[in-house]
This record gives sequence, C-alpha cells and structure tokens, in this order.
Amino acid sequence: MIENKKEYIKNVSGCRAETGKFIVPLLKGMVYTLKNFFSKPITIQYPSERREVSQRWRGLHKLKTDDRGELKCVACGLCACICPARAISITPYEEEGGTRYPKEFIVNEIRCIFCGFCEEACPRDAIELTKVYDYVDYNRQDFDFDIAKLKNPEQFVFKGK
Amino acid sequence: MAEAKTMTLNMGPHHPATHGVLRLVLELDGETIVKVTPHIGQLHRGIEKIAESMNYQQIIPLTDRLDYTAASLNNLGYCMTVEKLLGIDVPRRAQYVRVIMGELARIMGHHLWLGSHALDMGAMTVVFYTFRDREMIMNVNEELSGYRLTPSFLRVGGIARDITPDFVKYVREFVKWLPKALDGYHTLLTDNIIWRKRTMGVGTVSARDAVNYGMTGPSLRGSGVAYDVRKALPYSSYDDFDFQVPVGENGDVYDRYLVRMEEFKQSIRIIDQAIENLPDGPVKVDNPLVSNPETDEVMQDISALIRRFKIQCEGPAVPEGEVYHSIEGSKGELGFYLVGDGTSKPYRMKIRSPCFILTSALPKLLVGHMIADVISIIGSIDIVLGEIDR
Ligand code: SF4
Ligand code: SF4
Repeated sequence: MIENKKEYIKNVSGCRAETGKFIVPLLKGMVYTLKNFFSKPITIQYPSERREVSQRWRGLHKLKTDDRGELKCVACGLCACICPARAISITPYEEEGGTRYPKEFIVNEIRCIFCGFCEEACPRDAIELTKVYDYVDYNRQDFDFDIAKLKNPEQFVFKGK
Repeated sequence: MAEAKTMTLNMGPHHPATHGVLRLVLELDGETIVKVTPHIGQLHRGIEKIAESMNYQQIIPLTDRLDYTAASLNNLGYCMTVEKLLGIDVPRRAQYVRVIMGELARIMGHHLWLGSHALDMGAMTVVFYTFRDREMIMNVNEELSGYRLTPSFLRVGGIARDITPDFVKYVREFVKWLPKALDGYHTLLTDNIIWRKRTMGVGTVSARDAVNYGMTGPSLRGSGVAYDVRKALPYSSYDDFDFQVPVGENGDVYDRYLVRMEEFKQSIRIIDQAIENLPDGPVKVDNPLVSNPETDEVMQDISALIRRFKIQCEGPAVPEGEVYHSIEGSKGELGFYLVGDGTSKPYRMKIRSPCFILTSALPKLLVGHMIADVISIIGSIDIVLGEIDR
C-alpha cells in the first residue's frame, strides 16, 4: 500500500479560496438562497398530510392470526429472549391437547426500541412490526400493549379530527 | 496595583454549540483562552458495561447509539470485530451493501456536521439544505431496514435481509443529486468572506501534534497526514473501489472543512461503484453456528428450528479470545476491542472512540484563541457526545 501512496492522496489545499473577494461570493450565496426560496417546499404538514412509509417500516407490533382468527403465536418465548430492551413478557397457557397459546402477551411500547429482532426471531411468523407509528396516550400503563391491542394496531392510526 | 487575574468561564453543558452536552471550563485572560478543561460524562449510558450482559446480537442496537449521526458505521465496526473473532468471511454482496450503507452514513454524519458547524457560526441557511439532502439518505435507510436514523441492519455474518429494487433506485437518485447539492454548499460557504475570516488560520494543529494527540479521521487529514483506515488496512472490499483520500496542508478549521467537503465526493464515488457492480449471491454467511435460518426453512425442518432457538437465545457461537478491529468512522478511527470467554456474552467490550480522543486534543487547539473561536474549533473536529461518553 505504501508504494502507490501518492496516487490516492488528493491535496485539497488548492481549493482554498483566494483572498480579496468580498462582495461577489456573498451575492452568489444570496442568489442561491433566493432561487430556493421559490422552489416547492419539501416539508409536509403532518398530521394532516402523511408520507407513505416503506414496506419494512418498524412500527407498533402486531400479533398475527390464522384463518380461524386464532393467534399464530405458540408462546415459545423466543421474541422475549432476543429482545435487547426486555420489552416483551409472555405467560404461556397449555390446552388439554398440548396446544400452546399465550395467556398474556405484553409488549411495553415505551421500553421497546423497535429493532425488529422479535420479528426476525419468531419461528411461527406470528409477530410483526407494522407501519403504524403514531400512538399517543395519557398513562404509562396504556403503553403496555396486551393481546387485544396487539391484534389490531391499525386502530391507532390517527385519522384527523 | 491589582495583579492581572484570569476569569473562569463555564461553557456548556447546555450550550447549543458544544454539539451535545460537552462542558468546557475556560480560563480567560480578557478574551483570550489560557486554559481549557473539558468535562465529559453527561451523556454516559454505560454502553460498554451493558454489552457485558447481552448476547452478541443484542449489542448491535447499542452500537447504533454511539455515534448516532452515522449509525451504520458503528454497526459495521462492531459486526466486523465479532466476525474477526469468529474467523468468518462475509459474502461479497453483503460486503458491498455494507459499504453502501457505511458511506451513506458517513455522508449523513458530514451533513449534520456541515449544517450545525455553519449554523453555530451564524450561517443559518446551510443547515436547511444539508438536512434536505440528509432526508434522502434517511429514506434509503428506511427502505432497506425500516428505520431512519438507527437502522440496526447489519448482523454478525452479513446483513439482515436482501436489498429491494427501490433501494437501488433511491441510492442512484441520491448519487445523481448530491454533486449538485454540494455545489450549492460551496456557493454558500467556500468563498464567503465571513466564513473565511472565521476559519482560516484558526485552530491550527501541526501534523506532528495531530499524530501525537492521536487524532484520526478528517481532523488528522486536515493537517496533511494521509491516514485513512480504508486505504491503510482495507476491510469489507474497500480495495475494490477507486477513491482518493483528501488531505489538507495547513491544519486549520478551513482545511478540515475542505477535507470533509471532498470526502462527500469520494464517498459518492464509492457508492456509485458499489451500486453499479453489486455482486449477486447470498447476504448472510452460510454457517449454521452464526446465521439465523430463514423462517420458511424453520417451518419445515426441525434442525433449522433448533438452530434458530440456539442462535436467537444465545447469539452466534463466539469462541474464547480477544480481538481488536478498527474501521474508518465518519469522525475518525473507530475501533472495537472484544474479549470473548466462550459464553454467549462478551467478557469485555471496549470502544476506541475517535471523538473521545479528539476531545482530549481540544486544549491544544483552543489555547491562545479568542472565545468566539471555541465554537468554530469544536465544530471543526466534529465531535458527537454519544460516542465520547458511551
Ligand atoms: S422490536 Fe426489538 S425492542 Fe421492540 S419488542 Fe421487538 S425485540 Fe424488543
Ligand atoms: S417468538 Fe413468535 S411464537 Fe414465540 S412467543 Fe414470540 S410471537 Fe409467539
């Protein structure tokens, strides 16, 4: 690497501005600003306007259900295990036939850092992060999402007054 | 007759121009600085300690929060360190995507630096343009990983998922757009008389001093030392790409500014080459001890299911040993030192943070200058407190 050292080095001191220019660069800068002044604004008026987020957006969690409306989750606890924020707590429940369900499935959406590891870990494809990103509430307890809330996070999309 | 006394001035931690919560205790003789004591620690979150209680995958989101202005680069540094300990090679497609994400993160960091540096010095317009363009990179991050600022997209042994067609489209758009935007930044600043007066000859540091203080990155290159980890010890396929390392001569704030402005261009060159020559193939290493099996496979195959449980609960199977690896972060040489003890958690993780070392050089840079220059010098070494305090 040392031999061809000269080739990759680019000296930028040559780009140093000449002294003696005073007003022209200032005017050029102002012209640039003025040009942009009349361009279309890139800001959007949230929340009345919203941008479409990507397919992979990591928003509020959703527990998926199968065609019969039952939770796909088998309470294996893998998502709770990988969660770096320890935001998930699960109480499993086993039926007579050996079918497992989560009796309680709580995701603390304040602790959660939305890393998406739970989605990646789940062997049943039962949990996913949705595109919903604006949830507001008054109490901390309301951010502990239980199964009812987790089943349908789309209800929290703010639709305007 | 009263003797000449110095005045002590406490600058920060709430000063908006100290780039976070840096506190400087300045001793002033009139308006000239005679002594500087940086106080850090206000943003300490104990990331190194928390890492000791987490498995190797869970640490990835922690590293995002070091230098949050260029999050993917921290992911890259960490993942490469673990891979070095494991002794695995990442597939070339993943390496290229990592390079693209890393260089985009570098540009994102430089955008934030340029915007806030100019803003601190009173040139308010620039920040609007840099943030406008930074938005485009965030959209790329969002498309690829689902998150805008802290993607956590890299994994030990590759990347989390394959790229999407839209990702390629967005990156190409950005590559086309940025040179135009750069001309705009230059129009606003480079020749500007106020900018020149406030940056030329301010905060000068000689090459010898810069090396002795352990400065790295653009701040070192501004003094004329062409040290760039990407060239000196190429990693992640950087030797496939044709790019140059910009260096300055004078070591003042203005030269550091020029070096970073040129780095924008070089990063764009790298991204352009990487996206056009993106190899095909897998994005995760084919090693049952490291990579998470696909969900389809898990539903079919019991051994894949067991493997997933093992990898998700314990993380990749990292052997005993210690390892150090460094990459070129957006602020300088970012290194990770890991001690593995054969369990699923590291015994120790130490981060060589470039900003921490740059902060220790602050007294050298500041003494002898006026108090108004403090802002421009802090801006020029581009420190991020999330990385200093960890
Ligand atoms: S997204 Fe991450 S932090 Fe949130 S619950 Fe899932 S694993 Fe935990
Ligand atoms: S990993 Fe999936 S199946 Fe297992 S507990 Fe979590 S959501 Fe349920």
